[in-house]
Amino acid sequence: MDYLIAIGLEVVSGIASLVLISIGLAVVFGMMKVINLAHGEFLMMGGYATIAASKAGINIWIAILVIAPLVVGLVGLVVERLVIRHLYGRVIDTMLATWGLSLLFIGLVTTVFGNTTSGISSPLGAVNIGPIGFSAYKFFIVAVAVAVIVTLYLLFKLSRFGLIARATMQNADMSAALGVDPARVYAATFAIGSALAGLAGGVLAPVTGVVPSIGAAFVAKAFITVIGGGSAVLVGTLSASGIFATVNQLASFATTPVIGEVALLGAAIILLRLFPRGITGRFFKGRI
Amino acid sequence: MNGSRNYWPIAAAVIAALSAIIVLPVIYDEYALLQLTIYAILSVLALSLAFIWGYGGILSFGHAVFFGLGAYTYAIGAMNFGETTIALLLSMVIPALFAAALGYFLFYGRISDVYLGAITLTVTLIFFDLASSTSGPQYRIGQVALGGFNGIPSIPQLNVPGFPDWTLSTTELFILSVAILALVYISLRLLISSDFGRVVIAIKENEVRAELLGYDARKYKLVTFVIGGAIAGLAGCLFANWGGFTSPAVFALGQSVQIIIWMVVGGVGTLAGPVIGCVLMQWLTSSLASFGTVNNNLVLGGILVIVVLLLPQGLVPTIARLARGRRPVQRLDATAGALGATPAKSEVGA
Repeated sequence: MDYLIAIGLEVVSGIASLVLISIGLAVVFGMMKVINLAHGEFLMMGGYATIAASKAGINIWIAILVIAPLVVGLVGLVVERLVIRHLYGRVIDTMLATWGLSLLFIGLVTTVFGNTTSGISSPLGAVNIGPIGFSAYKFFIVAVAVAVIVTLYLLFKLSRFGLIARATMQNADMSAALGVDPARVYAATFAIGSALAGLAGGVLAPVTGVVPSIGAAFVAKAFITVIGGGSAVLVGTLSASGIFATVNQLASFATTPVIGEVALLGAAIILLRLFPRGITGRFFKGRI
Repeated sequence: MNGSRNYWPIAAAVIAALSAIIVLPVIYDEYALLQLTIYAILSVLALSLAFIWGYGGILSFGHAVFFGLGAYTYAIGAMNFGETTIALLLSMVIPALFAAALGYFLFYGRISDVYLGAITLTVTLIFFDLASSTSGPQYRIGQVALGGFNGIPSIPQLNVPGFPDWTLSTTELFILSVAILALVYISLRLLISSDFGRVVIAIKENEVRAELLGYDARKYKLVTFVIGGAIAGLAGCLFANWGGFTSPAVFALGQSVQIIIWMVVGGVGTLAGPVIGCVLMQWLTSSLASFGTVNNNLVLGGILVIVVLLLPQGLVPTIARLARGRRPVQRLDATAGALGATPAKSEVGA
């Protein structure tokens, strides 16, 4: 029984991590059909922002929940202005340019912080469930993931900005005719996506540590999850994360973490073969 | 159809390769030749993606998988058999077979664009994970331990077929690599201007229209993919020879990215462009490494962003257009005929 609870918790926290890693990319892809391959580096910068802030004496929770998303959101605004904006509608060119950005950021951060792993200790202690000890921080990750999903749902479904954003996503020309400036909506959306990446980077920094090249580990998973999820931002990310993380954790339990990783990637390939437009290209059409 | 074929690029390639083979070993020492050999080997790799992506329109984010498979196949084959001829052939056959299986899965599943990119990327990552986790004596193929993250060291050099003791010297490997580069370039040129190549290009330009004309796009894409996979495998084999060493790094994301960068810089939709991009970027990378002051990623990333923003067609098409005085860019076949006049301009068709 304890063992089942332990596996269940690992699966849930695995799903939560994958949701956090992917959601920023999913917002940008779902709303703007832009694949930001520098997404991993946005997470990496979120991690560095958190660590730098907490070393400067700022409260760790403020560093994670406020500083990291703020810093990376601003970086996202600049990137949108200088690069992404000029490439709308050119999917492949955007991917190549953001790939260049990803290398650029790795180089930049390496130059500033050096090519070493930095970390901060996980701020919460351990919780015992039966005989098995858990890092309480895992519950925090789950809570943040839930909060992010709920907030985004409310933002897109209930707020005026959400209405405008969804309208622009559906038909940019029509909403422009109705007085919306699509360029501003895109800029705001990209900044939100970037801020979410920064938040994820901050939240995960105590678990993974940060090193300039860590983005590569995130971006592939996020990319696969978002593509596997399809165009509906929230439902897609949730369902794809749910499937991939479950496969990953169960396979890791049964064998080794490497095989778990391979199982995740294998599941992604099979899923994309079955649903070439992602899960939400087949099910849950028209949701967010 | 042969009337519009353009033989200038082929003649130029033959002349360039012959003069490189004759002149360079005389004026450079072995160390410098070894440095030049890697340019030729990676250029072969660049050509394989130049064909798949530039002419077939298939953007694979995991093209390095075929390169890595070629390197590993050669290493395992050569160390098991002792004689390297079969290993050399296998280093093309195995990647080609894998490309056939993967291509069947992709193209007959009608997967394209970003989704194809996601799957090919995933495939390389799987290979990277698997190859990295094979440390320990239980992971061996024949007599060869796969070595996990450390890879396979001391891979034997190619020998002349039938003479196991006659292994290639540094100079001979250089000559072989340049010769293979020229051969691959010429073969691809001929292939592109053949009926098969025209259909491949037609499918890239407009898949629906090509299918309505009765061509099975899936089949043509599959064959294109397999040819590219085999060439990349050959490059992998040469690479394993060059360093005498292979490791999971050949499957890494960075390796696949690198090939795409060469193509973007040089020009997608040409054969000469990716080769020029490859040589240029490799030269830049190694010069930066010897300076040691500027971060490599910083420069490469900066170049990629700037090229995509300012020279979206890449160097070779842009220069060609300037050389022709900004006349509107014509499509491949039209340019091939119009450009036959001088060798200097023939780079466009190339």
